[in-house]
Amino acid sequence: MAVTGDRPRLETRDLRVRLGETDVLNGVDLEVGAGELLAVIGPNGAGKSTLLRSLDGLQLSHGGEVEVDGRPVSGYRRRELAQVISFVPQTDVAADGYTVRAFVEMGRYPHLAAWSALTAGDRRAVDEALELTETDHLAARFMTTLSGGERQRVWIAAALAQGGTILLLDEPTSFLDYRHQVQVLDLLNRLHCEVGYTVVAVTHDLNGLVADADTVLGLVDGRVEFSGPPEELFDAAILSRVFGNEFVLVAGGRHGLPLVMPARNGS
Amino acid sequence: MSRGVGIALLLAGAVVVLMTAPLIGPVSLPLAAIADPFGSDPSSRILWQVRVPRVVAAFLGGAGLAVGGAVFQAIFRNPLATPYILGVAAGASFGVAIVARIGIGVVILGLGLQSWSALAGALLAVAVVWVVTKLRPDAATSTLLLAGVSLNFFFSSLILFLQYTASFADAYRVLRWLMGGLGGVDASSVIQMAPFVLVGMLVIFGFGRELDLLATGSELASSRGVAVARTRTTLFIATSVMVGGVVAACGPVGFVGMMSPHICRLLLGSGHRLLLPMSAVFGGAFLVLCDVAARTIIAPAELPVGVITAFLGAPFFLWLLLRK
Repeated sequence: MAVTGDRPRLETRDLRVRLGETDVLNGVDLEVGAGELLAVIGPNGAGKSTLLRSLDGLQLSHGGEVEVDGRPVSGYRRRELAQVISFVPQTDVAADGYTVRAFVEMGRYPHLAAWSALTAGDRRAVDEALELTETDHLAARFMTTLSGGERQRVWIAAALAQGGTILLLDEPTSFLDYRHQVQVLDLLNRLHCEVGYTVVAVTHDLNGLVADADTVLGLVDGRVEFSGPPEELFDAAILSRVFGNEFVLVAGGRHGLPLVMPARNGS
Repeated sequence: MSRGVGIALLLAGAVVVLMTAPLIGPVSLPLAAIADPFGSDPSSRILWQVRVPRVVAAFLGGAGLAVGGAVFQAIFRNPLATPYILGVAAGASFGVAIVARIGIGVVILGLGLQSWSALAGALLAVAVVWVVTKLRPDAATSTLLLAGVSLNFFFSSLILFLQYTASFADAYRVLRWLMGGLGGVDASSVIQMAPFVLVGMLVIFGFGRELDLLATGSELASSRGVAVARTRTTLFIATSVMVGGVVAACGPVGFVGMMSPHICRLLLGSGHRLLLPMSAVFGGAFLVLCDVAARTIIAPAELPVGVITAFLGAPFFLWLLLRK
């Protein structure tokens, strides 16, 4: 498990977000320490993606604070923030007409001036990102020719090329088949445990990504319903409170945790 | 086909078109006229005072419309989005139609009132689209497209109104101008159009990386460090200046702006630092080619070039889309 630094890298206090007439976040407090992996869970519409986007300053709040390395996120210029935080959205966008390398090079944007070419340092960052995500063999392929799992790893590579050490991911393993899910989970684990990235991931993957997390934040209706390590979360009563459904727990999950699955009528 | 071959083919094609276009026309010219730019004999005057300015104007116009198309397609993330479709050309046309209807010819800062009025119309149209993006920052691009298309219809109806209430001669003149054409273009129109087109392009070419990111989504662009609102505003203004300048000189020529960037994207990929200049080259050469057709098909009379662009372009474009 990663060592948590003294000062949080990401912090929200009483964060409130309203979209139109709907209160999406109703006072969320969270802290993410350096090198920590935070999994954000909750039912659909609980405000998970909104929270993630608020952390990157992509969603304006109407109350409360978001701080990145102790400074309000609204005080950063976009370019400056992009050097600290990389965001991996749900990758349903195909990025037609770009090769994998060209797409990952776009991640270097916050380090480039207008009209300037990539420097040797930029190329090195791109190569490293491709290697780390094991996508270097795809570099010449067009984005549209990739499978879902390859595409997800390339999007992560582009985020790494950006050069920051905080990664935000929105459902990185959804819509992937099992082999690709495992590849992405292993990659995130490596980035978090070995390279030391601070990671916040929205996910529904309780037995995979959530089990690997240092801390789990359970959102329900824009409020924090649960905050704690996965071993506390994996409790039938807490899970049913977060998801509004009964859960079955059996032995045999990762890190000695139980496996959890939603109970169905008649099971 | 590799990218290098694509670039070489495009550039070579454009050079051939630009070299031969001035020599083609209802009057065939002796090659000796080329050597005598300031000569007083009819053939060198036709070549250097009529055809060369016209070829240059067509090239600048086509280049400007193509670059404008590439910018809008990236910002709106839709291959149909061009200044023409979104009402910028209609706004400029409305500006010209008003001046034609009122019938005053004033020259301000060396440019005819028609140019300024076209520019104002283009800026007005872009301002409306811009306000929509400001009021609804999270609006889907389809919303922006619909807003632009309604604007196009709105300006078109204003133009129809002006035409309907005008005298027969005025109405015909506006109609003729709306078809787009380079018949009245001379050296002074080149001088009027060039600053708009060149300044617009210079600004836009500096935004290649931003356009790449905007084309993959404005939120992603923002997270990668692009100041999205400021970038969009700058690009909108640069594009409307460029398109306004072109429309004032050539009329609202359609299709070039949609087709050129699309074809270049198929040949060269989507990277805008290459796509923008190559679209300019393709669009410019294409409009020169169409203008050659426009002035030879029913020579000595001329067709409006707007009739030719889609007539030649649409079948080719369809073939390209249906290929493989």
